[in-house]
Parts: sequence; structure tokens; C-alpha cells
Amino acid sequence: MESYDLVIVGAGAAGLGAAQYGARANLKTLVIEEMAHGGQALLIDKLENYPGIPEPVDGYTWSETMRTQAVDFGAAVMSSSVASVRKDGERFVVETGDGPIAAKAVVIATGAKHRHLGAKGEEEFAGRGVSYCATCDGPFFRGKRMIVVGGGDSACDEAMFLSKLADKVVMVHRKDRFRAQKAVAARVLSNPKIEVRFETVLDEIKGTKAVEAAVLRNLRSGEVEEVPTSAVFVFVGSIPQVDALPPEVAKDDSGSIVTNDRMETSVPGLFAAGDVRATPFRQVVTAVSDGAIAAHCAAQYIDELEGKAYL
Amino acid sequence: MSAGIELTSKNFAAEVEQSPIPVLVDFWAEWCMPCRMIGPHIDDLAKTYAGRLKVGKVNVDNEAELAGRFNIISIPTLMVFKDGKVVRQQPGALPKQAIEKLFADQL
Repeated sequence: MESYDLVIVGAGAAGLGAAQYGARANLKTLVIEEMAHGGQALLIDKLENYPGIPEPVDGYTWSETMRTQAVDFGAAVMSSSVASVRKDGERFVVETGDGPIAAKAVVIATGAKHRHLGAKGEEEFAGRGVSYCATCDGPFFRGKRMIVVGGGDSACDEAMFLSKLADKVVMVHRKDRFRAQKAVAARVLSNPKIEVRFETVLDEIKGTKAVEAAVLRNLRSGEVEEVPTSAVFVFVGSIPQVDALPPEVAKDDSGSIVTNDRMETSVPGLFAAGDVRATPFRQVVTAVSDGAIAAHCAAQYIDELEGKAYL
Repeated sequence: MSAGIELTSKNFAAEVEQSPIPVLVDFWAEWCMPCRMIGPHIDDLAKTYAGRLKVGKVNVDNEAELAGRFNIISIPTLMVFKDGKVVRQQPGALPKQAIEKLFADQL
């Protein structure tokens, strides 16, 4: 069985950060990714809040840079799915689509997937007007009306992007104000092409072949309105990807992995970093620093395991 | 360089609808990041299944007529054709092993 010091599952911001720090700590490091390195960061139209990069960069370019840096420090990158991670004595066995791999320590950096709204018609019209990716599907609705559901950073950023393409964006949020960072929210509120409806929920998506309308309900007045629209973009949070984990790993109520400030999970030698972890703030920069801490503490764990701890 | 055949409204009937073997069609565009994410998987599959599965790519910017014909308003969309008929249509990016499952029972 192929064997590494450190195996990192997921090559998004957290995983690539861990790979770079792991490799630079002289660990034999492998990062495994099932889709494409960069993860959710790939979908960022303009990354403008990463400290030290004042000129906005697109997520693809940024991801390439991160990968190059990790590989230059000596990390190996593998493209495969990970079915399971289990402890076998003192080591871990990572089952990939291309066979098992042994590791002394593992960092889970599998990230999160978009949460669905659960509205009637959402599944039926997925890919036919219901979308979770503004940069992918926005251009199909150029000059038309679009609805955006959500009130966090993603919803506000994506509404801004879509406002450049749409005739008009109607933004629907169930609370009376945005959860997004203030500067991001302020931009949306002052955008003349975005109409914001607070304390409003989307109950149903209607259409024949594709989306034609959405049923909106005001939570305060109870008033129901059917709003014609060509597209509904949903940005209502994310679900941590924990399918491959050993079941004994502690998680919080939302399913995120609980760690301490060393990114250690409840299983010794198993670390978590980025959006999969229970954390108050999910940003590219926080994911990267999670990854750095996880790799650093994994190196210390391996030293202790081998009786070489620096005391 | 892509391993898939570039499909156009001119060659679609011959390459896809009259193909003796199943065809995996990838609707994509340059500016679509998830499309670029699965691009290498599509290329790998084209090589792995050569002779048993044909792989074609439709650039929706250049081939608006084809995209319109199949009501593509989300990319990437993957379609599997067999004997000229659509047997599967799946919007959204998928890992390689999940893409394989779309056509595995058609080979």
C-alpha cells in the first residue's frame, strides 16, 4: 500500500493551505481531490478580500497559484474520490477510487456543498432555471428578471454579479436584515437594479418546461404574491461534506466537525480544516489558515507518535 | 487539448444521433468554472472508454442552436445518447466516478 506522512482529503483553500504547510514541514504529503483543486474558491468571480492581494483575482487564477505553491514545496496531488477514512492501529487507511493509501495523520478538508431551499418545485426545475451557481448560469438569463434567495455573503455577492446581467434582481430574505458583512450588504442595498424583500420567503417555483414564476410570501403581512421570473438562484448556506469520515468523529448540530484550536478532531491524528469544520466564519483566508494550523499540528502529532517530540 | 469531439449543429446528427455506440455529450463554456472543473474528467473518460463510448463537447456560446434545442440553461449539463435518443440528462459538475455511472449501464 502506498504510504504518506500526511494525507489531506480535499484540495480547496483549506486543503491546499495544509498541503503547502505539510510539505514545507518536510512531511511526505498527498492531497486528494475528487473534482478540481480550488474547490468552492473556483466559483469566485472576484476574490477581493484576501489580505495581501489588493487587485481582485478570479477564483480560478487564485486556485492555480495555490496549487503551484503547494506542489513547488513538494506536495503530491491526486485526482480521485475518497470513499472512507478509517484508523487501523496507529495509522490511517484512506480508501480512494484508485485503491487504499496509508497515512500517519489525515486532514479532512472536504468543504461544504450548497444547501437546498426545500421549496416546492426546486428539485423539479434544477438546471431548468433553478441554480446554485451565478457565474455558471447567470449568462443564460441575460436581460431577464432573476430571483436570488438568501441573505449572507454569498447571496449578496452573487446578487451583485447577477445585477450586471439581469433586467432586474429580486432578492428574497426571510430575516429583516442581511447577515452578510456590512460593506457587502450596503452595496446590494444601494444597487438600483436589486429590489430587496426582507421578511419574505419563497414557497414555490412554478413553470412548464422551465421556471416561469415564484410564489413569495411576506412573513409579516402574510401576503402572497406570484412573481414572474426566469431564474431562481439559491444561496442559503452550506452542508459540510462528512460522508467519508469515521462515524466516531464528533460533530455539532449542523453536522460540522468539532475541533479544538489545533484543528484536532475527537480522533487522535485526524484533523479538520476549512468549511467542513465548526467555525464562526467561512472565508478563503480562514480556510487557508485552518489548513496551516492543521498541517503544523499534524507534524507535531507525527513527531510524538515516533518519539521525536520537541520538548 | 480536449480528447472529445467538438460538436456543432452541422455534425451533431452524424456524430451523435447516428452513432453506433453511446455518446456522452458535455455542454460547456469557457467562462463556466465547474465546466473547467470537470473538463479533465471528461477527457480522461474519452480515453478510458475509447471504442465503447464516444465523447463530444458542445460549446454553448458557439452553438446556441444546439443549446436551445435541448433547453440547456444550466452548465455544465451532461447528456447520454443511445441509438439517437437522450437516455440521461444531468445538470451540474460531478466527480469522475459519478460521471461514469451516468453511462455505465448503456455500454
